[in-house]
Amino acid sequence: MWISRLVLTDFRNHARLELNLDRRPVVLAGANGAGKTNVLEAVSLLAAGQGLRRAAYPELIRRAGAGGWAVAATLETDAGPVEIGTGLDPSRPDAARGGRIVRINGEPQSGSGALAGLVEMAWLLPSMDGLFTGPAGDRRRFLDRLVLGFDAGHAMRAGQFERAMRQRNRLLEDGVRDAARFRGLEHVLAETGVALAAARVATVAGIVRMIEARHARTPDSPFPWAALALEGALEADLTAGRPAVDVEDRYLESLASGRERDRAAGRTLEGPHRSDLVVGHGPKGMPADASSTGEQKALLIGLVLAHAELLAERRSGAAPILLLDEIAAHLDVRRRAALFREIRLLGSQAWLTGTDPIAFEALLNDAQFIPVRDDGIGRQAVSPHPADDDLSI
Amino acid sequence: MARKTQGPEIERLIQLLARMPGLGPRSARKAALALLKRRADLLEPLSRAMSEAAERLRDCPVCGNLDTVAPCTICSDERRDRTMIVVVEEIGDLWALERAGVVNGLYHVLGGHLSPLDGIGPDQLAIPRLVERAVPPVTEVLLALNATVEGQSTAHYVREQIAASGVAVSVLQQGVPVGGELDYLDDGTLAAAIRSRRPL
Ligand SMILES: Nc1ncnc2c1ncn2[C@@H]1O[C@H](COP(=O)(O)OP(=O)(O)OP(=O)(O)O)[C@@H](O)[C@H]1O
Ligand SMILES: [Mg+2]
Ligand SMILES: [Zn+2]
Repeated sequence: MWISRLVLTDFRNHARLELNLDRRPVVLAGANGAGKTNVLEAVSLLAAGQGLRRAAYPELIRRAGAGGWAVAATLETDAGPVEIGTGLDPSRPDAARGGRIVRINGEPQSGSGALAGLVEMAWLLPSMDGLFTGPAGDRRRFLDRLVLGFDAGHAMRAGQFERAMRQRNRLLEDGVRDAARFRGLEHVLAETGVALAAARVATVAGIVRMIEARHARTPDSPFPWAALALEGALEADLTAGRPAVDVEDRYLESLASGRERDRAAGRTLEGPHRSDLVVGHGPKGMPADASSTGEQKALLIGLVLAHAELLAERRSGAAPILLLDEIAAHLDVRRRAALFREIRLLGSQAWLTGTDPIAFEALLNDAQFIPVRDDGIGRQAVSPHPADDDLSI
Repeated sequence: MARKTQGPEIERLIQLLARMPGLGPRSARKAALALLKRRADLLEPLSRAMSEAAERLRDCPVCGNLDTVAPCTICSDERRDRTMIVVVEEIGDLWALERAGVVNGLYHVLGGHLSPLDGIGPDQLAIPRLVERAVPPVTEVLLALNATVEGQSTAHYVREQIAASGVAVSVLQQGVPVGGELDYLDDGTLAAAIRSRRPL
């Protein structure tokens, strides 16, 4: 899958940007603040979810623009070209509801969820450098994004789980003690929660298998193999081979017996919204958070490449789109060359950014180079940090 | 201040029309103009129909439907199957099912769904009245609630409330997309959903 045409209108600092592309990797080169990451962000909105910065949609509106933003693209797929349009139009009566407009081949969709089954994408950003040392919520979100590639319904189920949890938390807060009222919501929590956990378990198992295959193929790869483990009660039960219905029953029971504890805590303490993806540096047998900065970066790249290769395998060779922001800056010459080789091997239309096109020299004939220049205005606002229980992807 | 362009009666008409679902200020002006231009064959009959409806409108004390007779036409229809009650969230769902012609039983309108976040508990809904109705000759209660978090958790709650009565409780199985609201389904999908109900 690849993008043959991309048009941004009033998106961040770009008043209008139009790119006509072939299927090779895309290198966006330009000065700091030119708007390279903004282009990646626009591309990321062609997939389900909130985009790679998880920014609120009104933030994307170009300051001094007409109000509203749009990203339009032609996506080339196995089944032929697909036109995707997305954006925000504050003048529309439904704009206040917080969603973005999504159209597929001109047909309006009820949300970005419809893109999940259509567009496969993975990204790596400088802000993910601290993934292994940062909060569990970030790793959980990273994992759930990976899952989305295999289970298009994952984001929707995560949304349902979160909604049911918020309803339950409110019952706790309101001092309601009628168990029947809790059970109604806890049934929904158990059903969606176990489905979420099962999708994670299946995805991790697939990636682990791919990591092993990649390691066998290139034992001395500069991207070390990652040891993956899922931390979470539901995931552990499922990994141990317990039938999903039993895991559901157990979770239901533990929600029921945990009500007073949860009430004291002011939130639901057990469930897939508390899970973590634990990563280790395979060759060294060390936890990832104890590895060096460079090692962590290489580990993360290896993980993303394994996921991309797994997606490609499932789609009989059609590689996902990779968005790699400032990737070259952190890699030495050998790793850089190895990354380019991997991208070529995958056949992915990777989007790479950098301030200096020289860093991409090795890709010269195998990539399309696009200079990015700022055409305007404005400083970027910092988006609020998401709550830790947040399951939105 | 903007200059006035019509008398207060017409302005009021436009303002009220604009409150209708699906009508914005612009389409409200259009609708108002159509009514004014067709005074004899549209405006006056409509105005009569509306005041008659307003005068006779009753909440059905049995099922919660809106009608001009109480109990409502459906509840009074002797040919309907009195062993089955189909529970819906809103009157719009009842209308959708009637339009599809797939229910031969009686209805019960809850008036919404449980939602602690919106301060809606069982007392705000017609759940106690449903429990009273779920007795012989009723043998089956079909919960045709929306496939949303709130609809589904409400279904579980209602089932528990009815459980003691021994009346069988079923839910829609297929056809209703997750997150889907009945009101938005086409007749064929609704019919398939009703036919494929399963015990909860
Ligand atoms: N809503 C907006 N309207 C106008 N400009 C914006 C908006 N949001 C962000 N910008 C501006 O976009 C510019 C480019 O941002 P971007 O992150 O894409 O730069 P970049 O090319 O990736 O730079 P770097 O090399 O430093 O990463 C920033 O200067 C920022 O102030
Ligand atoms: Mg950048
Ligand atoms: Zn009635």
